Amino acid sequence: MMQDVAPVRSSDPLLRVENLVVEYAVGAKTIHAVSDVSLEIARGETLGLVGESGCGKSTLGRAILQLRAPVSGRVVFDGLELTAMRGEALRQMRRRIQLIFQDPIASLNPRRRIGDIVAEPLVIAGHKDETSRQALVSDMLSAVGLDPAIVSGRLPHEFSGGQCQRISIARALVQSPEFIVCDEPVSALDVSIRAQILNLLEEMKARFGLTLLFIAHDLAVVKAVSDRVAVMYLGRLCEVGPSEKLFENPAHPYTALLIEAIPVPDPDVRPAERVTVGEPPSPTAPPSGCRFRTRCVRADRRCSEEIPELREIAPNRHVACHYPLV
Amino acid sequence: MTVPALLSVEDVAVDLPTPRGNLRAVDHVDLKIAAGRTLGIVGESGCGKTMLSRAILQLLPKKARLSGRVLFDGQDLPRIGAGALRRLRARSLAVVFQDPMTSLNPVLTIGTQLMETLREHLALDHAAARARSIALLAEVGIPAPEQRLKQYPHELSGGMRQRVAIAIALSCEPKLLIADEPTTALDVTIQAQILDLLAREQRRRHMAMILITHDLGIVAGRTDEVAVMYAGRVVERAPTPKLFKRMRMPYTQALLAAIPKLDAPPHAPLPAISGRPPDPTQPLDGCSFSPRCSHAGVRCHREKPVLRDVEEADHHYACFNPLEVAAGLGS
Repeated sequence: MMQDVAPVRSSDPLLRVENLVVEYAVGAKTIHAVSDVSLEIARGETLGLVGESGCGKSTLGRAILQLRAPVSGRVVFDGLELTAMRGEALRQMRRRIQLIFQDPIASLNPRRRIGDIVAEPLVIAGHKDETSRQALVSDMLSAVGLDPAIVSGRLPHEFSGGQCQRISIARALVQSPEFIVCDEPVSALDVSIRAQILNLLEEMKARFGLTLLFIAHDLAVVKAVSDRVAVMYLGRLCEVGPSEKLFENPAHPYTALLIEAIPVPDPDVRPAERVTVGEPPSPTAPPSGCRFRTRCVRADRRCSEEIPELREIAPNRHVACHYPLV
Repeated sequence: MTVPALLSVEDVAVDLPTPRGNLRAVDHVDLKIAAGRTLGIVGESGCGKTMLSRAILQLLPKKARLSGRVLFDGQDLPRIGAGALRRLRARSLAVVFQDPMTSLNPVLTIGTQLMETLREHLALDHAAARARSIALLAEVGIPAPEQRLKQYPHELSGGMRQRVAIAIALSCEPKLLIADEPTTALDVTIQAQILDLLAREQRRRHMAMILITHDLGIVAGRTDEVAVMYAGRVVERAPTPKLFKRMRMPYTQALLAAIPKLDAPPHAPLPAISGRPPDPTQPLDGCSFSPRCSHAGVRCHREKPVLRDVEEADHHYACFNPLEVAAGLGS
């Protein structure tokens, strides 16, 4: 029964991040972008990752893809340790893991035609047969709601932001990946277009059986697409839990603050006059203990002395707070 | 009860020549705002909301052609001349832009920029300007204001920079503040703080404010009246509670529906608006929203609906098949 290598079961998480630490050197200072983050994403799941700018959410996404080397920690994808891979092995893995960026226009080469942009990942992967490559590109452009006959020969500047994001999605999907990191994919889009792209991502996820890490600063957007949500603050995870539970009953004071700050499109809901909660401190000198304590009304001495561990407070709900709200 | 308007925008149109032909950015807009009131202007990118605010401020690009009248405090701004306009902008008409990094001068300290405004426009001496600057920075919630005077914009966070921009805008006690997407570049917790600050100062100073945004959520609890813009025109305008409770224009409803709601279950499909706004260099004969509208009929594609008050004097909309009303009349 005992085996040298544990078989990969479908119930194992597709992605496991263990104690990941990412730091940047800026002059003499060190930015603590990701500090001891652990999380898992199950097959077919969408994990939302929220936090304000500078909290390290994009760095975490990039470190998962091995686009940024971690200081320590492991990233395990489908039983394979990405953090230990180099060169060709990593290149082969990249086919299975893709990335969609925030700025749809800047992420497309302005001088290349749409058909070539979407085909490029196949070319890089050594897909030699031109005819079958064209067929794959056409299928993918149709899947994202574009007419391949019309768009293939055009250049990115001929398209709107929403259409460019469709093209980016087609490019990400053309190699049939299993996992996609979506880094603020709708933040640059208008409300009416944003809904179209969110619906498209959901449709693509169902159709191709994808697993997603959905990074965004907008909680309502994250909730719309995520099964579980992880909240990040200054490089650390505050709370991880099922979307609905987390939004109904936030356990971490920071999650509660984020939810309260969302403008509600209802004139009867008068925005509460808040006590000023200040701004996040610099990630070059994060506060001792709990990093949120400088903005937290519940914080006391323990919060400045002891780092709160991410612990399970209810089935499937984790919070890193000495005095959780639930 | 007719309150005299502080600002009255009458039949304003802005045309921009482009290589692809004339682009009508603002298409015959009428708006009024009384002293001490707040007006929200809501629309997506390219709807003309920023061009309209620039037409009010007389800050249009050189090539732009403006027609119509912009009456502020009894004066027609396009016709009062550069000197009078400069005095008016200095004292009565202030603006806060989206990106404080571009509205602040990066090579001057916060103190220099604030004190320059005060000394130039209020004729304060150095000591008085300095004292007033410190008081203003404290009012907009900047900690340690004395030290901030010596700092440069890049040393401050985005939220703090926007507070400085607000302090400069408020420094000469304006009668009207135009806030053009003041929080779009900011994080959600900072956004809430800046909106609170603007609301507090607006009430305290009894200043009129135009809040321009793409987010219906922002105007909901913070304005007296809302104008929704689409393709250069105001398509619906009403007191804020009325607009949200009895919206008539299908575009307004679609825009509200497309916002993900926190109380909706995950993975619920969003009611997206299909297609995209029309090319502003190719004006349509009919209603600009008709190609995307689920309520559009034959008339909507042929004829442009006029913005008018159909049921109530304070609720204007430009639609042949308004929501609910059409259903009621049809039965």
